[in-house]
Amino acid sequence: MNANPTPPGTIAPDTSASDVAPDLIGSGQEGTIGDQVRAYFQRLRSGDMGALPAIGGFVVLTILFSFLSPFFLTERNFANLLTQAATLVMLGMALVFVLLLGEIDLSAGVTSGMTMALFIVLVNVHAVPWMLALAIAFAAGILTGALIGFFVARVGIPSFVVTLGLFLGYQGITLMIIGAGGLYRVQISEITAIQNRNLPVWAGWAMLVVILAVSAATSFWDRARRTRAGVPNRTISLVWVKLGVIAVIGGAVVAILSRNRGQSVGVVEGVPIVVPIVLVILWIGTFVLDRTRFGRYLYAIGGNAEAARRAGVKVMLIRWSAFIVCSTLAVVSGLFSISKVGSVDAAAGREIVLSGVAAAVVGGVSLFGGRGRLLHAAIGALVIAVITNGLGLLNLPAGVNLVVTGGVLILAATVDALSRVRAGGSIMRT
Amino acid sequence: MNMGADPGGVGAPIIELEGVVKSFGPVSVLKGVDLAAYPGKVTALVGDNGAGKSTLIKGLAGVQPYDDGVVRFDGDPITLHTPRDAARLGIEVVYQDLALCDNLDIVQNMFLGREETGLGTFDEGRMEKEASDTLRSLSVRTVKSVRQKVASLSGGQRQTVAIARAVLKRARVVILDEPTAALGVAQTEQVLHLVQRLAEQGVAVIIISHNLADVFEVADHINVLYLGQMVASLDAKQTTRDDVVGYITGTKTQQGANA
Repeated sequence: MNANPTPPGTIAPDTSASDVAPDLIGSGQEGTIGDQVRAYFQRLRSGDMGALPAIGGFVVLTILFSFLSPFFLTERNFANLLTQAATLVMLGMALVFVLLLGEIDLSAGVTSGMTMALFIVLVNVHAVPWMLALAIAFAAGILTGALIGFFVARVGIPSFVVTLGLFLGYQGITLMIIGAGGLYRVQISEITAIQNRNLPVWAGWAMLVVILAVSAATSFWDRARRTRAGVPNRTISLVWVKLGVIAVIGGAVVAILSRNRGQSVGVVEGVPIVVPIVLVILWIGTFVLDRTRFGRYLYAIGGNAEAARRAGVKVMLIRWSAFIVCSTLAVVSGLFSISKVGSVDAAAGREIVLSGVAAAVVGGVSLFGGRGRLLHAAIGALVIAVITNGLGLLNLPAGVNLVVTGGVLILAATVDALSRVRAGGSIMRT
Repeated sequence: MNMGADPGGVGAPIIELEGVVKSFGPVSVLKGVDLAAYPGKVTALVGDNGAGKSTLIKGLAGVQPYDDGVVRFDGDPITLHTPRDAARLGIEVVYQDLALCDNLDIVQNMFLGREETGLGTFDEGRMEKEASDTLRSLSVRTVKSVRQKVASLSGGQRQTVAIARAVLKRARVVILDEPTAALGVAQTEQVLHLVQRLAEQGVAVIIISHNLADVFEVADHINVLYLGQMVASLDAKQTTRDDVVGYITGTKTQQGANA
């Protein structure tokens, strides 16, 4: 970095001049790997823990359940866990878009249920081609988001109230579409395949290679851009660490899923098709949140809506679109759900929404807005799925599952609230 | 950042108000106010609560357009109907409640609403460089990293970020609303320092303050509003604190003083 000469006519330096010279404003990117690690721990101490509690919980629960049940750590249960979690991962990621604003969408679950009811009735009863029916289901999801957005962003009703109303209303609509006690089987092989068919083994490994390549390419592209701008880059070893972590975890996952987990004559092996679909949506969503105006403004509005408005951000429009994104992704989650369950009934999507919120919050997405990432929601959803799956294997009554999940949600929300106090406290400290 | 202005000379005002009028219904808040701000000079605007300072500033920011009167920018009459009009001319306001997002870092706050993009995505490196250059040009010494979250900054540092945000895009007029109101002694000193630095760069600074000690420390001109009228426009070096207090409280008028 070139030293910037102080402009002529400099006024005598003030009292704090001694500690940092003016040409040394850092970016947090300098220093050795040790400095970076220290900075990371400092962030943790200041309450910015991200998904760390959730990752810890995931590890502890995995160890716990593998001791308690001989079936927990099997290839079959692992694949099962991923497909069970997929619906929740999707719903959690959908909710991140509104949670970042400090809003909530309690109707995300029933939106997925209602649109799937519409989808399946169009296909099974009215013989509509499934692709067209799917397009109609997505259109209904988008319209739902637009409706919520209208009432929240335009009319100014708290999202809690609007979506609670919709939560009830959509249960009614689903009931009307399906009919009381009705149940429709999913007989579209393309839909069933999402959760029940697997990639060929080689494709699973190819997927891992693509992930590593994309990850390396974005890292090096970012570094090149920073170099061009003349600002320092983090030490390159961090890129290798990151790629190494992806390779090890991803490699282990693909290796486990590549082994035959069939119980009888047939061979069942390979990564479930739902996994790459989730990863692609996760990647696109993260790209939008981190690197585009829409994403940045979601965080800004969640942090201080008035500041965003004064900075020229079209706050109403961004709010509105966030609800549309949430509802649209909820439709995807519904698709995963009916693919797994194999049928749609009048209660579709009624129970899942609070688990979706729990997933996001457990993963470290703040209920107060402005903090959280899609990956956090995905990790949180895995934790919830491990609890459901593990308790199911122990043959405990269903009530225990609800109690434990509820307890975890409150615990996570407490961590969220305390870390906010922490971050606020640091304002006072200086 | 230097506008090539001539901070030493008097020069022509960048922005000039003449006979500005604003009423809210039957209440007349500004009754024909004149004001001029010069490049490289700090112009203070003082007055008691309700004198019309905020209304005057909101007009300049384009938030609440004036009802009548002439606004000249570089000598040309202009209209300020929206915040965008003001931003286009390089008029920036730093409000008392700083309007920063706690959850974003310094760079993200400085560029909020005007991010640098390349190929549709953020060019973080370029933004980081410009933010860092701007802070350096203001001789900011108290910020360790431009990637610090604003939540972790002190009041003075926040004020610094808000001011740096205002000058990032080559502002020509910067209006500071009570920049030192919530600060301790050392931090007030830092911010006043920053104000002088801004002026050195050729920016016309308008500062609103209740604290006359601060005003006398940085201002070149002092303008006093009293019940919607500009009752005094003084050279800071040729007036005293008592005079200014007299104008603010209405016990003194400029005509009376001259007589």
